[in-house]
Amino acid sequence: MSRYSLATLARHAWRSNAHWPEALPERPLKPSYDAVIVGAGGHGLAAAWYLASQHGMTNIAVVDKGWLGGGNVARNTTIVRSNYFHPARRAMTNRALELWRGLSQELNYNVMFSPRGIINLAHSSSQMDDLARRGNAMMVDGVGAELLSVEDIRRRVPILDTDPQARHPIVGGMVQHEAGTARHDAVAWGYARAAMALGVDIFQNCEVTGIETREGRVESVNTGRGRIATPRLALCAAGGTSHLARMVGLTMPLENHLLQACVTEPVKPVLDCIVTHGVHNFYISQTDKGELVLGGDIDGYNNATSVGDPRTFEEIARVCLSLFPGFEQLRVMRTWGGVVDMSMDGSPILSHTSIDGLYVNAGWCYGGFKATPAAGEVLAAMIATDTTPSLAAEFGLDRFTTGAVVSEEGHGPRPWMYH
Amino acid sequence: MLRIPCPFCGERDYTEFAFWGDASFPRPADPQELSDSEWSEHLFHRDNPAGQYLEYWHHALGCRGWFIIQRDTRTHLISPVCRGGEGRS
Repeated sequence: MSRYSLATLARHAWRSNAHWPEALPERPLKPSYDAVIVGAGGHGLAAAWYLASQHGMTNIAVVDKGWLGGGNVARNTTIVRSNYFHPARRAMTNRALELWRGLSQELNYNVMFSPRGIINLAHSSSQMDDLARRGNAMMVDGVGAELLSVEDIRRRVPILDTDPQARHPIVGGMVQHEAGTARHDAVAWGYARAAMALGVDIFQNCEVTGIETREGRVESVNTGRGRIATPRLALCAAGGTSHLARMVGLTMPLENHLLQACVTEPVKPVLDCIVTHGVHNFYISQTDKGELVLGGDIDGYNNATSVGDPRTFEEIARVCLSLFPGFEQLRVMRTWGGVVDMSMDGSPILSHTSIDGLYVNAGWCYGGFKATPAAGEVLAAMIATDTTPSLAAEFGLDRFTTGAVVSEEGHGPRPWMYH
Repeated sequence: MLRIPCPFCGERDYTEFAFWGDASFPRPADPQELSDSEWSEHLFHRDNPAGQYLEYWHHALGCRGWFIIQRDTRTHLISPVCRGGEGRS
């Protein structure tokens, strides 16, 4: 696989761009692999890349029921941040942020990481106190955070309605300058291409139909394309984790819910950072093409499909216009949904299981995309060494038995209430 | 929009209701007697089916009654309902 560079670009341009090699060539399925990853999304492909690049394990297959990067890595709102209060969540996303910065160079693929900053708005003095507390916690870990006054926000985002008479008057906010966005599809493609260059095999349209174990160990996985013998199997299939775990008799602390998002028609640059609402769950950013990407809450009831309730859009639009009355004339161009694994404490699961050689990376709720590089790196280390990397220490399945849940929001076992 | 058939008031938009989760299993009669893993099983582990699903709804902005419906999580077709904890399968 050739490296992308100015020289290859020029060479192929000289030859009328007619001889580019296939980016993801089809390869035959081998009867056995050292590890199989279920799910060719961001996390699964990242894990494959780090297994190959950091641990020298290249005899790996990534299998996916659908097409590469067709799940939630294609459906998120591309936001990358690490402004969590809980130390374990912050450490994980902060490691991801470190990796995001060099990812395009590392993968030789432009993932368009753009650290444009995220502003969390506050609409009351108690919310300001809360943001100050969160910002302080972040700064203790060396994660930059800055409190903003209304005047700061007006200067930074002039299109926001900062009028004290607004529907939700803004009293201030907090910014994480290092947060940003990344081109989500390119993340999947970049990891896939880089991993394949090191020898990883990726199989699309290859649904897992069964998992065989022997004496409590993973032995093989049955797929639509045949049986693959493997001693190590990692589940990275958001939305399908419960289904896959059931194949080996495990029930997961997960529920499937639907998260929707939408984009407007493209307009000239009006918003150069990410803005989140302080009262409603709402987040918005503008893509490089000019579209505004908006998202909100999950639909609120269990859903196994990716078709959402229109009411969620009404709410997203209403909240959007309360902050940005100037967007009133914009048309929504596209809406979509993705099935998310909502976990029982709102935090991810990156864990061994009671079956030797079976690893689970699931329950990322709304927040899987931002963590992609770190989740992949940690999962790769877990698969390669069969230990629990320190970043995953608090995200084990055993926390639901010991009671040490990682619940940033503290809603109890009600996954539909987490974010 | 999802419409929920309240057994007391009839069918209404789901925005009148609070969703209250999986109703497919009863609360253990004596939680004190359970081991940690049994309690964890009850509290956190879910079948999470793509298909028929029993769930609690609370008519929070209506009669404030509680009831259980059976809904298919793939089609959102709703089967007959029961009030409170009656008739749980």
